[in-house]
Amino acid sequence: MTDKVDHSKRRMLIAATTAVGGVAAAGAGAPFVLSLQPSERAKAAGAPVEVDISGIEPGTMISIEWQGKPVWIVRRTKEMLDMLATHDDVLADPTSSVPQQPAYCDNATRSIKPEILVVLGVCTHLGCSPTFRPEVAPADLGANWAGGWFCPCHGSRFDLAARVFKGVPAPTNLIIPPHMYLSDTRLLIGDDDKSKLKGGQPTDRGAAA
Amino acid sequence: MMNLLKSLLAWVDERFPVVSTWKAHLSEYYAPKNFNFWYFFGGLALLVLVIQILSGIFLTMNYKPDALFAFASVEYIMRDVQWGWLLRYIHSTGASMFFVVIYLHMFRGLMYGSYRKPRELLWIIGMIIYLALMGEAFMGYLLPWGQMSFWGAQVIVNLFSSVPFIGPDLAIMIRGDFVVSDITLNRFFALHVVAIPLVLVLIIVAHLVALHEVGSNNPDGVEIKKHKDANGIPLDGVPFFPYMVVKDGVAAVAFLMVFSAVVFFAPDMGGYFLEYNNFVPANPMKTPEHIAPVWYFTPYYAILRAVPPMFGSQFPGVVAMGVATVIFFALPWLDRGPVKSIRYRGPIYKTFLAAFVVSFVGLGYLGLMPATETYTLISRILAVVYFAFFFLMPWYTKIDACKPEPDRVTSK
Repeated sequence: MTDKVDHSKRRMLIAATTAVGGVAAAGAGAPFVLSLQPSERAKAAGAPVEVDISGIEPGTMISIEWQGKPVWIVRRTKEMLDMLATHDDVLADPTSSVPQQPAYCDNATRSIKPEILVVLGVCTHLGCSPTFRPEVAPADLGANWAGGWFCPCHGSRFDLAARVFKGVPAPTNLIIPPHMYLSDTRLLIGDDDKSKLKGGQPTDRGAAA
Repeated sequence: MMNLLKSLLAWVDERFPVVSTWKAHLSEYYAPKNFNFWYFFGGLALLVLVIQILSGIFLTMNYKPDALFAFASVEYIMRDVQWGWLLRYIHSTGASMFFVVIYLHMFRGLMYGSYRKPRELLWIIGMIIYLALMGEAFMGYLLPWGQMSFWGAQVIVNLFSSVPFIGPDLAIMIRGDFVVSDITLNRFFALHVVAIPLVLVLIIVAHLVALHEVGSNNPDGVEIKKHKDANGIPLDGVPFFPYMVVKDGVAAVAFLMVFSAVVFFAPDMGGYFLEYNNFVPANPMKTPEHIAPVWYFTPYYAILRAVPPMFGSQFPGVVAMGVATVIFFALPWLDRGPVKSIRYRGPIYKTFLAAFVVSFVGLGYLGLMPATETYTLISRILAVVYFAFFFLMPWYTKIDACKPEPDRVTSK
């Protein structure tokens, strides 16, 4: 027995203990952090939704719930569609170059059928739900307003193809969710892969809200 | 009888440091004798903390952290629980009053240079308390599950999703869902009633320990420890107990009068303490016509809105807001002035501080208003003033024409 302390051995043991303990602490911490992620039930709530669109009058929209978020379905009139091509100069991204839509909606009307627009009603700024203002030139939105959405939270503006105007807080056009037509009047929101449909029936929540 | 008490104290003191702790922090902790009005707010903040913890515990006994029941359980507290309305209004008023008191407490620090050496760490711990308090208030605001609760949380959580690369996943991790939902409500409840209060109490203790280590600053910004008598007691200090305790007691009574007036006569404070839209249950499908955070967050919110998106991202605005909040941490190193207190500062510092106050209050007002073009322009100007106060500080505090500090504290 000697009273000389072997410092290098002591440092090595401290380092080794700390490293092993650190790994154990990280491992024990992982379940806590992972538990913060969406649960299986929360993930399952994202199932596609089937909607009957036959009742939508021209120039109006309905709002349905998909993944807890509002999805708007608008039946645009001929005048509304004609107007879309007339104001490219005041839009931030008139050609939808930022991929905020599936490939089949990467066109001038941002839709599969020109008159039916399906869009996620969540502002790309901070997630508020903009207000539908289809009227032309109302007093509060100015003479140049040709119909679209106005976000009450921070004043972002979108046209009737849900494209964002220049100079507003929202950085990009609204998102077009994946969707497909099951028939002329039945629309499926949340999935666009027809082959997958055979497995299970989509939930039908219709035109809720 | 007295002998019995004395021997009991002696018995305890041999096993737990009662007497020495009492002396170190109260009867022999010397505070400067020239404290003024601005030195009431630290003690008052402690008082509000106690009010919030007490009222919060009793609210928890009847509140249900479930998206289906939360709104109704708050109404149940308001209508059916005996005196429940009082508990709820005390807690909601307490939240706003906490920020009133803290903002005045922080402004005191700005005026008298209380963040300067040797109190840098004291200031930093205080700033951590402020951030924790903001988190506590934000999470508590979701619990009533009204429209403002829901959409306020929606906007604030989405701030995180604008962080490049990890943002969207981070926001999902915070919510525990793809939107603010029952899951979010449940976890915010856990954080609001357990995690953050525990952390708050711990760092408040650390704040007091740091304060008692370096000693209080005072309106003259000079150290009372420089001049001590033969017993090592500062000549300009008075024992915290009983002198400061009695002084703070008077402040507490005055404060509670104001507090009660709000609770009993204007609990919603015209929509500023409790927003009208929050009396409508949360509806994820419909954003209210006008949403604004509660008043204590609006200066930062106005800065967020003032910054336009850059490179197709909202992130710069979020960064500006974040910097506006945490820039206070850097104050001890930004300030290069030869004196601490505003009493001996030159005209440039006074002008900048006044401009800062105007910008903070102005942004606070604009953050409550809808974002019109004029208001956005004014917000941008005020945001520049806000940041100029901090970023130009190393320069203007140095060149300012300061008056000489006195050797010892002064009294009128």
